[in-house]
Amino acid sequence: MRSTVLTDKPGQDAYQASNPGISAVSPRRTGGDLVQLISPEGERISHPEFDLWVSDVTDEQLCSLYEDMTVIRRIDAEATALQRQGELALWPPLLGQEASQIGSGRALRDDDFVFPSYRDNGVAYCRGVEPTDLVRAWRGNASAGWDPYRYNIATQQIIIGSQSLHATGYAMGIQYDGSDSVAVGLFGDGATSEGDVNEAMVFAASFQVPVVFICQNNHWAISEPVRIQSHIQIADRASGFGIPSTRVDGNDVLAVLAATRIALDRARKGGGPTFIEAVTYRMGPHTTADDPTRYRDANELEDWAAKDPIARLKALLRTKGLLTEEVEAKTQAKADEVARSLRAGVINMPDPAPLDLFKHVYSTPNSWIERQKDHYSRYLESFSGSTQEGAL
Amino acid sequence: MIKEFRLPDLGEGLTESEILSWKVAVGDTVTLNQVIAEVETAKAVVELPSPFAGTVAALHEQAGSVVEVGKPIVSFEVDDAGASPSGVGGTGAGATSEGASAENPAETAAKREPNLVGYGAVVERSGRPARRQRTFAGGVAEREATVEPAVEAAVEPVSAAEALPAVESMAPFAAQGERTAEKERPRSTPPVRKLARDLGIDLEMVKGTGPRGLITRSDVQDFAAGPQAQGAGSEVHAAAAVGASGERETRTPIKGVRKFTAAAMVQSAFTAPHVTEFLTVDVTPTMELLTRLKARREFAGYKLTPLTIAAKAVLIALRRNPTLNSRWDDRAQEIVQFNYVNLGIAAATPRGLTVPNIKDADRMTLLELSTALSALTDTARSGKTSPADLTGGTISITNIGVFGIDAGTPILNPGEAAIVALGSVRKAPWVHNDELAVRQVMSLSLSFDHRLVDGEQGSKFLADLGAILSDPAMVMTMI
Repeated sequence: MRSTVLTDKPGQDAYQASNPGISAVSPRRTGGDLVQLISPEGERISHPEFDLWVSDVTDEQLCSLYEDMTVIRRIDAEATALQRQGELALWPPLLGQEASQIGSGRALRDDDFVFPSYRDNGVAYCRGVEPTDLVRAWRGNASAGWDPYRYNIATQQIIIGSQSLHATGYAMGIQYDGSDSVAVGLFGDGATSEGDVNEAMVFAASFQVPVVFICQNNHWAISEPVRIQSHIQIADRASGFGIPSTRVDGNDVLAVLAATRIALDRARKGGGPTFIEAVTYRMGPHTTADDPTRYRDANELEDWAAKDPIARLKALLRTKGLLTEEVEAKTQAKADEVARSLRAGVINMPDPAPLDLFKHVYSTPNSWIERQKDHYSRYLESFSGSTQEGAL
Repeated sequence: MIKEFRLPDLGEGLTESEILSWKVAVGDTVTLNQVIAEVETAKAVVELPSPFAGTVAALHEQAGSVVEVGKPIVSFEVDDAGASPSGVGGTGAGATSEGASAENPAETAAKREPNLVGYGAVVERSGRPARRQRTFAGGVAEREATVEPAVEAAVEPVSAAEALPAVESMAPFAAQGERTAEKERPRSTPPVRKLARDLGIDLEMVKGTGPRGLITRSDVQDFAAGPQAQGAGSEVHAAAAVGASGERETRTPIKGVRKFTAAAMVQSAFTAPHVTEFLTVDVTPTMELLTRLKARREFAGYKLTPLTIAAKAVLIALRRNPTLNSRWDDRAQEIVQFNYVNLGIAAATPRGLTVPNIKDADRMTLLELSTALSALTDTARSGKTSPADLTGGTISITNIGVFGIDAGTPILNPGEAAIVALGSVRKAPWVHNDELAVRQVMSLSLSFDHRLVDGEQGSKFLADLGAILSDPAMVMTMI
């Protein structure tokens, strides 16, 4: 028998696990069953509604989804190694969540605007952010890695869930503009317990703004399992706000792609917000400073490894006869090249000058900041000509 | 070209890490990101991937040593072509540096090496006033490394003079003549200095065997015992010095569970005034009960032992004597009376002594308790006990009987008011029904914290426990 931790139905088990006395109380479930288009074994499963939304995906595009997922996994592995080598202060690995991120990221239009969490590097990659820029802030070299307006994706939000408010606010702006673009807020299962996410959903529903909330339920809010966080399925939380929700297999790139497209379409047509729960699994640590073996069962990881998002897409490609040596070699070469350029970019990244700190506080000159800058520069000069020391 | 790899800050703001093991040896060829070592920080055990492709030129730290962040741990021989694509050479994080900079160690040490979250590895040093280098009685210079091979440690403090059996006991006197007036007094601790003064011994003449030449209590006592004792000791040293086969002592760094256990025991022994009481009881009726229970269908497949019954008996006796299930909260100046029992069971595990506890044991039936006990010991022995299981205990049992021991004075698990040691069940002559009979008897040892528990309460608890085990039917009168 499987451990209850492994279930896709956290609601029911949460009741049984923590409160056997009231297990008769059935948690309210409206999120529906998990939508899956590719089984863990790599079989294509048909679905009456979702199939329509991925019918246009060509073989070539399927291969490119595979490539993106492989590349982002490689970026993730290289960044993790760079942290271990002292080149990055910290890194939040996304291992296991590639399908959720590439599937949603690839569904977006250029003029849509994304508000990601710190872990959504796969989505940022889809938006065109350079791999080196993904890690700039993690090296402590910049407070942000890229210009949000260049790629229409905000910088990584460290505060849990607060980007959902930004997404709702941005969507309200879209509504005022009368545009048909969509704001997308990305967060995890733990964030749905935060006030910010709940407030964002209240406003999104009240104003029926074009926003899509994509929750990657990776089962762990650092060391807190989702079954304790939520006694109902995460997707069901949205219905409390009157927001339609979908529950999809987050390790299935096609299911996530379809769900995101459905939600985007609804938003563009004035249908208001949608909540997507992508059920996935964080196979690595919360960050490189975390040790998941201290709080979770090794068997759990093994079970989820069997549902690996890349392995199942690979199996599907093989079944379809698309996984040629050429595709494999091309994908591998791309991943290697990206990893190499990421490493070179990180190691050669120049350190910011101490006085750069004052550059981005105000967009216009400010006398108080100027005064502080003057004091600090004189302080630095007191170190016998060396302006590098004391920078931090 | 030689490239150094300095220990990075692997967590957020860590200052040191322990190298658990090296996965490579000097001379090995490594590829980029190949795992070279396993390192334990205060937060996690992590694998270190190699930052270079090349050959391992030197390992600067041994497995088992605790290394400060920023210290070089390994050097690689990297060919220039191989190094260039990865673009090494940027000023970056300072985790890697070229070998050339190591030629001027003073400059390297003085230069501030900020790590990425702002805690400089060297900063810790720079703020503190410099301390004079100590010189020791043995004339052995202070060594930097914290862990040395056992043999080296045993041999080094012995001067050449001492190694010669002929001058064995005279060695300290001979050495004294060479000392200059500037020498600091020998390293020792105040109680040891007092002991030496009381015994009329000049510490200058005593050879320290403690860490870094520290003179210990036993050094003073050995010296006081006379030349014979010293001589015998020196012969031992001499044998080691000439490289005789076999180690005379094995040195194991104090760490992990052992370190934790030691700290907990010292803290407990010196904060809680312990009182221990003993009671030997005839447990024949309990053993008979055990046999009857085992035969019952609902207990089939369950592990029932004297520990199971004794644990249940402790829980019942505790109900009548709740004082023993409490905690002295020194900070709050309050006595915490627990209205639940998290029953700790001392377990010998591969990693050492741990005391996992069974949560809310007082609410369990005998069957549930036996299941919980089996699960707890199995988990502990496989080394998988979670931190949650190790904290929050309210009273403990240690089953020394399994080692064939009768009684002892157990030391309290810190934060708890009582601990019961169960002795072995053995057949013994016993006065039964006013006649001498062979009965199964067991000794119970109870230690309690006298700040919380008076002799009366402790004695009543122990008497109740004994009463249940010598006649389980007595439970009828208790609950």
